[in-house]
Amino acid sequence: MIRTLLPSVVDGVLLGFLYGLAAMGLSLIWGVMDVINLAHGAIIALGMFGVFFLFTGLGLNPYLAIILVALVGLVFGAIMYFISIHRIVNAPPLSTLLATFGVSMIILGISTAGFSTSPYNVDFSLGSVTAGPVTVLWTRIMAALAAMTVTALLYVFLYRTRPGKYIRAVSDNREAAALMGIPATQVLALAFAIGVMLAAISGGLLATLFPFSILSGESYQLRSFVVVVLGGLGNPLGALLGGLILGALEGVIPVFMPNSWLPVIEFVLFVIILLIRPSGLFGGSKT
Amino acid sequence: MNKLTKPSFWLPLILVAALGIWPILSGNAARREMVYSLLMAIILASSLNILLGYTGYVSFGHVVFFGIGGYIGMYTMDVLGWHLALAVLAGGLSAGIMAFLLGTAILRLRGAYFALATIGINEAARAFANAFQPFGGPVGMTLNFHVYDSYGGAGNALWLTFYATLVLALVVIAASSWIKDSKFGLGLMSIRENEGAAEVMGVNAPAAKTWAFVASAVFPGILGALFFFKNANIEPGDAFHLARSVEMIVMVMLGGLGTVLGPVVGGAGYNGLRGFLIVNPLFKNVQLAVAGTLLLLIVLFVPAGVVGWLRQHVQPLRSWLE
Repeated sequence: MIRTLLPSVVDGVLLGFLYGLAAMGLSLIWGVMDVINLAHGAIIALGMFGVFFLFTGLGLNPYLAIILVALVGLVFGAIMYFISIHRIVNAPPLSTLLATFGVSMIILGISTAGFSTSPYNVDFSLGSVTAGPVTVLWTRIMAALAAMTVTALLYVFLYRTRPGKYIRAVSDNREAAALMGIPATQVLALAFAIGVMLAAISGGLLATLFPFSILSGESYQLRSFVVVVLGGLGNPLGALLGGLILGALEGVIPVFMPNSWLPVIEFVLFVIILLIRPSGLFGGSKT
Repeated sequence: MNKLTKPSFWLPLILVAALGIWPILSGNAARREMVYSLLMAIILASSLNILLGYTGYVSFGHVVFFGIGGYIGMYTMDVLGWHLALAVLAGGLSAGIMAFLLGTAILRLRGAYFALATIGINEAARAFANAFQPFGGPVGMTLNFHVYDSYGGAGNALWLTFYATLVLALVVIAASSWIKDSKFGLGLMSIRENEGAAEVMGVNAPAAKTWAFVASAVFPGILGALFFFKNANIEPGDAFHLARSVEMIVMVMLGGLGTVLGPVVGGAGYNGLRGFLIVNPLFKNVQLAVAGTLLLLIVLFVPAGVVGWLRQHVQPLRSWLE
């Protein structure tokens, strides 16, 4: 039992870092402006394709390619904020849910016309490492390390730099922050852009692990919802822990029951946590 | 004023009845299929409007009830050998019971939390249908062709489901008018505007919300059983398609949130537009992107929808449009 359980859990937890990273973007945007970005999955998919074309077309190292993808994601996020969110950022949730879903449809519509829905694969390998019963691909370890690095950078940015402190201030109380002279609109745009960038990075890292298509983003978006709720909506660092829990669950559950029951358990858990602890497993009293 | 003399009560009913009679008079099967998809959109949008438009709760899981009705209907017909009429009742009833149970639990959540919970429920339902062997797992269920013999052959069965769907569409619209003018409906709308204040004024919000949820769930449940009977095949992906839920929201928004005529106009308009985009050589490949752009423009610039906009800007139309 332990011989099948251990490798599966290690794989799951490493993958959990990526789930956490993707969810962090969603959680940051929610925390700062109460917007659920339904284009999250489409942007994850764009990140995958970005890495694919930079690697296959230009022969760039995938990890360097991710840096470029991140920059493009940041710019794209800012543009998306001003076009689709800015006008309605104070409207009821239905408006922003639908606006971001509209953006998702636009991205998927154009990309499907360009790339079709057939699967792509970044043909990149770093070999594997074996320790006892566990064999792990280096790409998975690198992806987890990259996710940890990005999380650490985000933490430093949010807690040690001025723009980061602005973001936290706006997240706490937008009116008060604006009265203190913080440029609220720019801060909202920056937070949205960073959220989109995190989605693009996680997409790029996922592309080095699995084959993907333009529609792959959706399943990661749904996982991000689960993770965000586990970690607490609006709590980006809780999202990483949520990601690890989901990754571990995905490692453990298939050992005990057929794989097809995994999503049933995930989503039932999701609804239950939303009902009994909407602030997340690690959240405080702020709901 | 008596409800039955109000033009705004009759207008949507007459429009839909005329739409339904058109293929019946000509007996044209292609026209029937086109109208069928319009009626389906109208039923789904109007029923969602009871929750979304009147009560103000955003559900991304409305298609769950369509799927549950479909699965229960197919199971009772295919495995238990029930008659269509019974299966349709079972589909509607189980969707209603499910809504009652779910509603009691999740309607405590507000705003985006509720929306997220409905996404979770839809995905859980799809994953469940995918894993649950009595429902056929990932391949779903397929009706034996002989089933249609007891309804006078497949051709007759298609007409039968068309008539039933037309009646259902008229019932949904009448119910949605009735609810809007009733004390129950006023309670729902006050919950939409300010739930706390509504409770202070004596609206039993938890009960009202739950019954609104049940009312909006029964119709897609019945429709699901009818649709998958006609379709003869049900799969988890078809029954619990998240994008279909979003399409319903788009239809309601397009026509006008919280109006009776709005979902009728929006459902028919959205379907017409999509049909046009799919066959148009210029837009065929990017139809999703065009629909997305349209959605974005509506949300940003015409949030009241077509009917809401007309009501706001053209005074004489007010008594006709509701």
